[in-house]
Amino acid sequence: MEALTWSGSLGPFLNPVMLAAVVVFFAAFVINLLMGFAGMRPADPIVNPDHTISYRMGPVDITLAAMKYAVFAVLACIAIFILGGILQPGMEAKGIIGGVSAQFLPVWIGLVVIFVLSIRYKRRLGLYGKLFDNLVGMIGFGLVMFWILTAIFAPTIATHGPIDVVASMRNDPPGSMVANAAADGHFAYYLLGGDALGRDVFSRMIFGAREVLTIAPVATLFAFMVGITLGLPAGYMGGRFDTLITFVANLVLAFPVILLFYLLVTPEIVEAGVPVYMAAVLFLLPIIFIWVLFYSRYRNQPGVIKWVAVPITLALLMLYLGTVFEFDPFVWLTTSFIGYLNQGNPVSDWMLTTRESYDPLVGIPIDGNLLIVFVAVVFVNSPTVFRIVRGLVLDIRTRDYVAAAQTRGEGPWYIMLWEILPNARGPLIVDFCLRIGYTTILLGTLGFFGLGVDPESPNWGSTINEGRRLLTIYPHPPLPPAIALMSLVLGLNLLADGLREESLKD
Amino acid sequence: MGLFILRRLGVMLLTALCLTFVVFFLTNLAPNLEKLAKTQGNARMSDAEVTRWLDNRGYSRPLVVRYGEWLGVVPGWTREAPDGAVTGRCIGPADDPAEAPTFCGVLQGDFGYSTVSAEPVSDVVGGRLALTGWLMLYAFALMVPAALAIGILAGMREGSRLDRTLSTFSIASTATPEYVSGVIFIILLASSTAGVSPWLAEMGWIEGRTLFLGSARSAMENITFWNFALPVATIALYGMGYIARMTRASMAEVMTAQYIRTARLKGVSFRNIVLKHALRNALIAPFTVIMLQIPWLLTGVVIVETLFNYNGFGWTLVQAASNNDIELLLSCSIVAVLVVLLTQLISDIGYVYLNPRIRIS
Repeated sequence: MEALTWSGSLGPFLNPVMLAAVVVFFAAFVINLLMGFAGMRPADPIVNPDHTISYRMGPVDITLAAMKYAVFAVLACIAIFILGGILQPGMEAKGIIGGVSAQFLPVWIGLVVIFVLSIRYKRRLGLYGKLFDNLVGMIGFGLVMFWILTAIFAPTIATHGPIDVVASMRNDPPGSMVANAAADGHFAYYLLGGDALGRDVFSRMIFGAREVLTIAPVATLFAFMVGITLGLPAGYMGGRFDTLITFVANLVLAFPVILLFYLLVTPEIVEAGVPVYMAAVLFLLPIIFIWVLFYSRYRNQPGVIKWVAVPITLALLMLYLGTVFEFDPFVWLTTSFIGYLNQGNPVSDWMLTTRESYDPLVGIPIDGNLLIVFVAVVFVNSPTVFRIVRGLVLDIRTRDYVAAAQTRGEGPWYIMLWEILPNARGPLIVDFCLRIGYTTILLGTLGFFGLGVDPESPNWGSTINEGRRLLTIYPHPPLPPAIALMSLVLGLNLLADGLREESLKD
Repeated sequence: MGLFILRRLGVMLLTALCLTFVVFFLTNLAPNLEKLAKTQGNARMSDAEVTRWLDNRGYSRPLVVRYGEWLGVVPGWTREAPDGAVTGRCIGPADDPAEAPTFCGVLQGDFGYSTVSAEPVSDVVGGRLALTGWLMLYAFALMVPAALAIGILAGMREGSRLDRTLSTFSIASTATPEYVSGVIFIILLASSTAGVSPWLAEMGWIEGRTLFLGSARSAMENITFWNFALPVATIALYGMGYIARMTRASMAEVMTAQYIRTARLKGVSFRNIVLKHALRNALIAPFTVIMLQIPWLLTGVVIVETLFNYNGFGWTLVQAASNNDIELLLSCSIVAVLVVLLTQLISDIGYVYLNPRIRIS
């Protein structure tokens, strides 16, 4: 068997059509631009004597129509390629494009289901439903959902493992056959080629989506919690606290991001324990936020406080202690107690040694390198969030409903969290989308400089970095992750734009 | 105004002190110093030898004192070896200990020695800054006019087809970080096996093997279009979108103002409205954005200089950080922090100057 062609059996028919459509589009675009500079305008509607409106197409309108149909033609060709890839039997007929789109089958199904359901029920879905009235927002949402679904279904989509090495496939071009694939039970092709170590570029890109889409949104969420917890009191109360926090925020903002990353994300800093101290502060703020959120609202309902707020906060505190300090209070207390009862016995020493090596029951085991990456990204993002929140609070606190709450005798935290925050949600949601994109770019930057990431990791940034050394000779390894990162960030930006437009319409 | 500038300068000084102290603290953490001792001395030193090495070079004293020495407000350390030879912070290998100055720090203009290249830091940073200056200059010369043009064209008729096309372009450009656009540019324009170069070479339209050069190393001596276009375009592209969007927003706001409507009703042509009435007012907001964009470009400069092998300031920063070259890194951070703070100051002053409605006590 030979290496795959890009477009498989459909190529000979569809490629000329697509090429013609692209040529028509660009020709029409240039002609339209020139006519625009020459002062020609689209035709005005003509009102007929019988009050109907008709158009007489001028040259400008013809170019515009040509552009529109060319875009439709390209989209139709892409759809046929995807369908052909899914429906045709045999990899030869599918080609690389068809093969890739066949691998993405779960994603296509998921996208169709989500879009059909959302458009069907869009009137009942609030702001989310309104997104489907907006083309830009819909495209952005589609791109983001594409990558989220890819991350979810990564093991089914990927053809190989992210670190499976086939030595004979080093730097092989897209569509190459894997030798002895059937015997070893592998997928028979490297759809997008192999990288410098002989790993499958396509599978690494797919698993990279998983890495990026777990860290970026969570880090952004933490940055928001920190920014909101500090920004609300700073904006609402003002005074010394405001001055101090604003100064610190400006300090962090004045720090060039790249310098901060290079100083913070090093093995030596991890060894010195700096990330743990930073995590201790940054992760505590969200817990304070959640406790205050409950307490300010349900202060007069001891039942809720006792049975909901306190257990949740305690559970989060346990998680916090387990994650940041690898410390489990229950184990510590029981071992100390048993050790105390057995003073002088070997049991006591044994208790104390097990205590040190015992993994906490609740707590996410995070390796030091990942923790510092996470902390650094949260640290860089939260001052900006703080500024946005503070600005919004300064604006909202002069509103009548805030004055009404003050007259009712509500406490300051209730007003901040339950009167001001819900009314600031629009801009915050929009900024959240933008910021996930920005965080993705930051994570990519870290990966690009090889900071704090495992070299084996399929993270997009580090894959681009690995590929750039042989870039001019073998361009195929860094290109898929680069395009993936760009499309995800573009999707998030378009989504934010659509959300902003729709929320402004209210 | 004078008081305002004075107060801003005070805050700036305080910020610079805090930031350099943070950098000093992070570079002088115990594991970093141990790494320094092992790279400078012997990789197989025992812990006791490491401590002695650090003692002999004055690294083992309190952090604040050493920060003071580096600043030049605390007298530099001296040490008399058992054989009577005097060494010290301010005493170079060839200097006479008796004549050496007591203070030698940043305030005295002494930025120290780079431990890796064994050259005075000021020499290293100075040359590199000039190289980066050229990169920034060209990037700005490309980015600012392009971004302003896009923003103004998009904002003058909000919601039109032109506006939507240009806005999509600017969103796409903010979504393309330098390490993505740089890689794509190199593949498309500077690769001998992919993109347009093999085709052009086959047609005989270009002399070399590639259209543009994928490495800007030769631009350090001699800048040409072929070796400098890609790095400049890469930096400019990412910053362009943001400025263009801000300009568009500002222009769209101005176009809805009362005086524009008045001009329209008087019968002023659309071209004159845009050029004479709207433009000047619409450019106030982008001015601040452009100034504040400079520090953001620093990250881009570091990425682009690494990607295109251009040994400028960003490249030096990366080298200094990865080798833990403490004094070089400190000077780099001073430069970076000063750039950030100065641009903030200029943007504040410029904003007040450009917009007479704003009065700051």
